[in-house]
Amino acid sequence: MSLKAFHFVFIFLSTAVAIALGAWCVAIDMIEGESIYLAGAIASFACALALIIYGVWFYRKMKRLGIIT
Amino acid sequence: MEIPYTISTRPDTGLWNAKVGIWLFLASEVMLFGGLFSAYIFLRLDALPGEWPHGLLNVPVGAMNTAILIISSVTVVLAWAALKMRRYRAYWWYMLVTILCGIIFLVVKLTYEWPQKFEHYGAKLKPEALAKYEKYLGNERRTEKGLEPRVEITGHLENHEALADPNIKEFEIGLDPVYVEPNNPANDRPHFFYVPPTDHVAKIDKEDVERNTSFGPWHNQYFATYFTITGLHGLHVLGGVLVFTYMWLPVSKKVYQRNPEHLANRVEVSGLFWHFVDLIWIFVFPLFYLL
Repeated sequence: MSLKAFHFVFIFLSTAVAIALGAWCVAIDMIEGESIYLAGAIASFACALALIIYGVWFYRKMKRLGIIT
Repeated sequence: MEIPYTISTRPDTGLWNAKVGIWLFLASEVMLFGGLFSAYIFLRLDALPGEWPHGLLNVPVGAMNTAILIISSVTVVLAWAALKMRRYRAYWWYMLVTILCGIIFLVVKLTYEWPQKFEHYGAKLKPEALAKYEKYLGNERRTEKGLEPRVEITGHLENHEALADPNIKEFEIGLDPVYVEPNNPANDRPHFFYVPPTDHVAKIDKEDVERNTSFGPWHNQYFATYFTITGLHGLHVLGGVLVFTYMWLPVSKKVYQRNPEHLANRVEVSGLFWHFVDLIWIFVFPLFYLL
């Protein structure tokens, strides 16, 4: 497996972790009701979105440059 | 003598040598960390009620370190892509950011997270003494609620000399907030942020204590696995930083000038290692910090 392919796997798993952290913050917020957890959830989901956007951008960049390894 | 197949692929494997080597190495790493994660899972499943702590780690700090490692993985790939495009200056900057991210991760671990644990103490009480300290533990209410009992009292040890001096009969512990208000429903769930110990000092008879140690790997199975896995992971981060630093120094520019593809291949294999190290952390973070 090339670095490029491994990077896609890594970004996919990082996105999954960011979503999981967001869901965890929501779950805690529903019990505790502390706004810090809500802020954490928003930040985590924003990170997940940023990772998805980055993943698409990176895929297009690799395709455009024709980097095959 | 020139080492063969550092750039061109071997006809029998279809890969250049270092790529085969790094994947064999990563396979051994999977077995190493896989064994440690398995140990963690079985120790946790077999832990006695109240013996496996929750919420002792600082989630925002852990999340920040996770983000730092993810950013470093992005920059190492961008460094490799820059070499492929023959843009050495861009490679240099991306590699510098990667190195800095690795250093920040280690600094946070070694100067903040770990020391905070080493100065925190936990007095594990003998089962027959639990009732005596009910006002700190609140176990009657916890039993009614179906919650796990509290079996230790934690905080900052005020009289360190009591650890060595047999003439001192009590430990004085500056209590963590949860032991000041043990029956407060807000303390039923763990807190995932650092809350400093209070000024409320509890005196605990030495004869009631099974062991009183700081939150180091010697404290319990949770901290043993935590320090083993994060320590080993930290050593891998340090190794990655050292390799990246070598490839960032001017000596690597000579390799680039001789054959840019050679340096790109070196960055690719070290980037694969770095991704693996970051991937380990992606598993460590939820396992230790959230669950």
